[in-house]
Amino acid sequence: MSLTNRTKVVSQKRMSFLERLYLPAIFVGMGITLKHTFMKKATIRYPEVKRPFSDIYRGRHVLKRDEQGRERCTACGLCALACPAEAITMISAERKPGEEHLYREEKYAIVYEINMLRCIYCGLCESACPKEAIFLTQKIVDSEYHREGFIYGKDKLLEPVDKDKRIDVSKRQTPEVLNFKKLPNEKHNI
Amino acid sequence: MATVTIDGYTIEVEDGTTILEAARKIGGEIVPPTMCYYSKLKGSGGKCRTCLVKVAQTSAQNTRPMPKLVASCSTPVQDGMVVQNITSPEVLETRKAIVEFLLINHPLDCPVCDQAGECDLQDLSFKHGVDTSRFDEGKREFDIIDIGPYVKLHMNRCILCYRCVFTANQITNGRIHGVLYRGDASEISTFIKNSIDNDFSGNVIDVCPVGALTDKTFRFKSRVWFLKPMDAHRDCPTCSGKAVVWMHGDDIYRVTARKDQYHEVEDFICNTCRFEKKSTSDWVIEGPRKIMRTSIISVNHYDKEKQGSVINPVAKKIQKPAEK
Ligand code: SF4
Ligand code: SF4
Ligand code: SF4
Ligand code: FES
Repeated sequence: MSLTNRTKVVSQKRMSFLERLYLPAIFVGMGITLKHTFMKKATIRYPEVKRPFSDIYRGRHVLKRDEQGRERCTACGLCALACPAEAITMISAERKPGEEHLYREEKYAIVYEINMLRCIYCGLCESACPKEAIFLTQKIVDSEYHREGFIYGKDKLLEPVDKDKRIDVSKRQTPEVLNFKKLPNEKHNI
Repeated sequence: MATVTIDGYTIEVEDGTTILEAARKIGGEIVPPTMCYYSKLKGSGGKCRTCLVKVAQTSAQNTRPMPKLVASCSTPVQDGMVVQNITSPEVLETRKAIVEFLLINHPLDCPVCDQAGECDLQDLSFKHGVDTSRFDEGKREFDIIDIGPYVKLHMNRCILCYRCVFTANQITNGRIHGVLYRGDASEISTFIKNSIDNDFSGNVIDVCPVGALTDKTFRFKSRVWFLKPMDAHRDCPTCSGKAVVWMHGDDIYRVTARKDQYHEVEDFICNTCRFEKKSTSDWVIEGPRKIMRTSIISVNHYDKEKQGSVINPVAKKIQKPAEK
């Protein structure tokens, strides 16, 4: 009786003299190798050559700032709630008077961490965010020597204040969102 | 005794019971939502109009319908009354409009607000609201103020249900805060921003259906759905000492009163229990609190038991509903 239908009867017949020499088999193998040397390669020389990425490729995250350079994230916790891998943690703090140019909302994330080893790059955090604060990007998470390095804090996630170094995410947004962002009366857009 | 039929369920209740209380006796989906009525507070209700229902037949003698929708929290039943709540499209349509009204001045800052996840207004607009706004004008804006050492008032979020005023009046001795001005200009305030220092003043946080009154000791500490609510009690000389402690690991982040299925406080607790006892050694933990399956707080806490409000077996479903 067999447990699966993948059993195979092994032939026990004695090998002929030629077969016992192995030489023909070796030449056949070498021939295949040689053929592949001249064939078109399936791999590329990363990082000198890069493959084109989709506009909505889901790579490492960025925490966005608004037009005035204030952090958008308000530590609402919805991304952490949506995250199936429980990769996101945060600690919130209250904005003090005089910090209005740093944080958009009364509450902000003083600590915001994503564990890139846990993350499955599903993008649910991006969909959950009500403040357009977190987006995935075309960038790939760098390799590290230690696991701790994969826990990305705000230092790695937050985009630079400098306008030229900002990360463009407009291609990731639906037409509805882009239209909504044009409405002048929405407090969201101020 | 009066026999009343609500959405096809018949029940017998004491004379003088309100339609809302009769509906709560039946239970289930037919209970109208409330934003201002609070069964524990005398005189509450009649402010928000979320509980509007249609009275299809006034009483056994008077078979005509009532001319307008009535607030079920403040309309007493009559014998033979026939009421429609969720079976009346008119009621549902009006409720939608009421939500729109309640949201006119509401800032919708749920991502910032500590009440998010256990907010009655959030639930109400989720269920009955529309997802767009027609309101172009500016909203009322107030500064955030401290009422006393423990309570923060975000007047922007207030829906003027007056529950906190009734609580201060009835639960604490001597109230110092109330509603100032009228109509569109109304706001909750204390007498010259007097601090409320009374043993039971913290209960205004629990009765507030929105995030207008929040706990300063819990302010921005966490989100309710990251915490684990546990029933706990302690020997308290001032109150019953029965509370819910909201834990994260071994830390108690906040303490609230226990609330029933209609989000009403079962036993009001004192400020010492609420604000000062935040160490596990202060409390005897009884076990996890039952949270309704539909609540975001129950996310990832799987529970086989069927929970939530179910129809009381006493209520009889009549085969042919009176309304056609
Ligand atoms: S991409 Fe998915 S797994 Fe990664 S942090 Fe966001 S929600 Fe979590
Ligand atoms: S990134 Fe967005 S969803 Fe996550 S906490 Fe910040 S505002 Fe909320
Ligand atoms: S502060 Fe809260 S409880 Fe008081 S009237 Fe406003 S919404 Fe109601
Ligand atoms: S609950 Fe009846 S009017 Fe507010």
